[in-house]
Parts: sequence; structure tokens; C-alpha cells
Amino acid sequence: MVYEKLVPSPSPETQPYWGGLNARKLRLQRCADCGKIRHYPRPMCDACWSMNVAWVDAAGTGTVHSWTVTHYAFHPGFKGDLPYVLLTVDLPEGVRMNAQARGIDASALRVGLPVKVGFETVKEGLTLPVFEAA
Amino acid sequence: MTLRESGAVTGVGETTYLRGTDRTALSLQLEASLNAIRDAGLKPSDIDGLIPYGHGAVAEDFITNFGIRDLRFSATTPMGGASAVASIQCALAVIEAGICNHVLLSLGRTGYSGGRIGTRVQQMPQFKLIGEFEMPLGAIAPAQLYAPMARRHMELYGTTSRQLAEIAVTTRYHASLQSNATMRNPITIEDHQASRMISDPLRLLDCSLESDGGAAVVISAPDHARDMAKRPVMVMGVAEGHPDSPSAITQRPDLTTLGLAKAAPKAFAMAGVERGDIDVAEVYDCFTYIVMCQLEDLGFCKKGEGGAFVENGALGLNGRLPVNTHGGLLSQAHMAGMNHIVELVRQLRGEAAAQVPDAEIGLVTGYGDMGDGSIAIMRRG
Repeated sequence: MVYEKLVPSPSPETQPYWGGLNARKLRLQRCADCGKIRHYPRPMCDACWSMNVAWVDAAGTGTVHSWTVTHYAFHPGFKGDLPYVLLTVDLPEGVRMNAQARGIDASALRVGLPVKVGFETVKEGLTLPVFEAA
Repeated sequence: MTLRESGAVTGVGETTYLRGTDRTALSLQLEASLNAIRDAGLKPSDIDGLIPYGHGAVAEDFITNFGIRDLRFSATTPMGGASAVASIQCALAVIEAGICNHVLLSLGRTGYSGGRIGTRVQQMPQFKLIGEFEMPLGAIAPAQLYAPMARRHMELYGTTSRQLAEIAVTTRYHASLQSNATMRNPITIEDHQASRMISDPLRLLDCSLESDGGAAVVISAPDHARDMAKRPVMVMGVAEGHPDSPSAITQRPDLTTLGLAKAAPKAFAMAGVERGDIDVAEVYDCFTYIVMCQLEDLGFCKKGEGGAFVENGALGLNGRLPVNTHGGLLSQAHMAGMNHIVELVRQLRGEAAAQVPDAEIGLVTGYGDMGDGSIAIMRRG
């Protein structure tokens, strides 16, 4: 089956993140000099301007910061998913991430709801993060 | 040094706003520009500075079509919907520096007939991060990217969809008073509540239009502005503001604060006026929530009180703060806020279709991309 959704174009700087997802791990960039964790992946630490990067495995847990339930397909590839829940989640590492919810009823959503990261391999070489009820 | 009254708006122009055209964006942009230049009593060749809206016509197009012989400055201010108002600051700076006498700000687009929003966004360089990390997950369009800001505001402060509806209803009423607005049938709060959900909590009637047309503004050096066709409108204060985490809303420390919160205090200080001095406000309205959030960030009410502030027709012509008297992006046309500048100038000249009586001082804001903000405060000259 042809995969019709938008796909990322990883760069050498972001490939460890995508490679981590394929290995079913959520990896975050950590400044190799001052230790600040940042997301989304990018070349420079905004605290000390170091370009030395380490990667750490995130705990994979989090709490809901906000959300939206999408009822309209802005891209034809997502038509079959409607309606879908997009969560903005606080990770214990101090950054946030965005991903679709799985198995969480929209009426149960609230700020602070505990969730955990899941992994869905959607096509060869591409695994996307999702959030499941913790 | 300050840019206070370093320039005046001397001309404004628009095309007829449409939902459907076979004309090009360039043709619409040139028509609107010509209307603004003539409104100022100038010839196209008098323009010596250009700040066109990004993704559209470039300086070469104007030089070629207008026969400008000595263009001295051209730039763009890439802040999405905050660009038009941010370009006022840029224009004042080049006028104050003595580079230009007459700067043209202009926009033309086929937002309805050309590329629709869902396909445009992913090609924009300022969206590179979310293009890689959020769009593949299904968070693609502004409605989806902004909805979590509105949801967070609702959860923290008890803001309701009916309060957002107040903004849609008032704005549509203002559009109903215009001859040049694409959506002129009045709506009710119940109509808003019955409109289909796009990306919760944003319903169809919380969303702005996709439109075809053009709008333009001429800003002139004060020495010239005094002797032109129309009474000048003086720019008292200007500023732009970039939010924390401008590339990704998801990572913003406070989801309910926009870049405008940084710009507004600077512009009010430059202008030397208070919130209570503002007679009319044209506030960028890509979504109803964005209007409410900006009213807070402008300082008209405290953070979290925007919902109550907009209730009971407060933003109407006879309300406590008349807002978007032309119908805005929600109901007049989506001209990326250039139409908001046009309307503020008409209000302060006393020639608006839905005129606020004795409007002397007003403001216009821009909002764009992932939360960029801009503001200009103006007075009747």
C-alpha cells in the first residue's frame, strides 16, 4: 500500500532522533557541554551555544499540556484518520512533544493526564511516536 | 532617537475582494498599489521604497510596471500575518534615515483561487522544524497548530466557545456594513455554535477566509505628508515582537502568550498614549481566539480575562473597544492584515463605511506564523 501522508526529510543532525524511533526509543538531544536537554533537534544549545551534542533516551512518560481534536483533513493522507487527537505533552526531561493519541477517549482529556510514548512503524524506515494512556 | 511620528500614512488602496478570480496575484497587487498611490495624490514613479508582502511580487515587478527610475530601498519583513504591520516600522526607519520619501507596502494574493492554505504551509522555510517533527504526525495547518493554545486558555481560565463566538458575530456584523466584504450575511452565536468543528476548539466560524484581492498603503515622510491629497494619519508608535520558541508552539513556555506581548508595551511607550486613549483597534483575526489573546497581550485586560472582555458586544461600534470595523479576515477578506491598516487609516480620516464617531487615536496589530506580533498606533493628523 502506498503511504500517502507527509513524511519527514531527516538531516544528519536529526537522523539520530528518527533512527531512535525506528529502534522504538524516544531520544532527545542533550548539550554535551552544559547538559541542557532540547527538543526539537537542532544544531546549537541556546544556553551555552555549544554545538556538541549527545543523545539520551527519554523516560517515555509525560503529562498532557494541551490538545486538539481534528475533524478536517488539511492533507488528503489524513482523511481516513478523522477525527484524530493531537496531544501536546510535557516530558519529565523538561521539553514537550506533539503526537497523536491512541486509545484515549477525547472526553477523558484534561491537563495533567498521564501518558506514555508508543511507537508505530508506518512504512519501511519510518516510525512515528504516539501517546497512549499511562 | 525614536521613530515616533517619523512617517505618516498618506494613501490606502484595495481591490474588490473576491472568492474566485482568474486574475493573477501580481495584477491584483498592482491595482491595489495604484489605488493607494492615487489616494495619496502621487504618481507610481514617485515611490522610492518598496516593502511588498513576502511570497508575492518583488521589487523588479514594481520597477517594471510602474516605471520607477530610482528605487532606493526594497525589503520584506518575513513574519507571516505580522508582516504588513511590521513593515510600517521598517518604512519609518528608512524614512527617518533619509533614504526614502514615499514607501509602498503592498499585498496581492489568490488565496481562494490559487494555492490553498493546507498545501502552502509546508513549503515555508520558517516552518522547517514543524515540517519535520509535527506535520508528519498530522499537525499541518494553522487551525491545528493554534488550537492547543486556545484549548490551554480554556482549561486554565474557563474561556468558552461562546465567548469566541462573540468575536465572530461582531466581526460579521461589521462586514455587513461594508460594500467591499465577501461575507455580509449577519450570524448569531447559535450559528457559530452550530458550525462544524475544524480542529477543536476551533469551529468553522472561528476561522478566517481564503480570499482573492489586494491591499496597499503608502507611508510618506512627514514633510511631504502635510501637502498631499488627503489628511495624513501620523504613526505614533510601532514595534514588532517575536515569541519564545517562534518555530514551534509546542515548545513555548507559556502557550497563551504571543509575540505581541513583547511589542505592545514598546509601541505604547513610544506613542505616549494609554490603553484608554484608543478609540478603535484593528486586531489581526486569523482566528477568533487570536483576537482575544491579543487583547490580553495588548493590555486591555489581564491574561485570562479576554473571554469576559469580549462579551455582550464589547467589540462593536458602540462597545467599549470597537474592533475590526471592516469585518477583518474573518468576514471581509484575508489580506494578511494589510486591510486592517487600510481600515485604521480610514477610521482616523473619518471616511470609514462603519465609522467610529470622532475616532482620533487607534491601533492595528499583526499576528503571524507561530506567534510573531506587530503593532502600530496612529492618530488623526
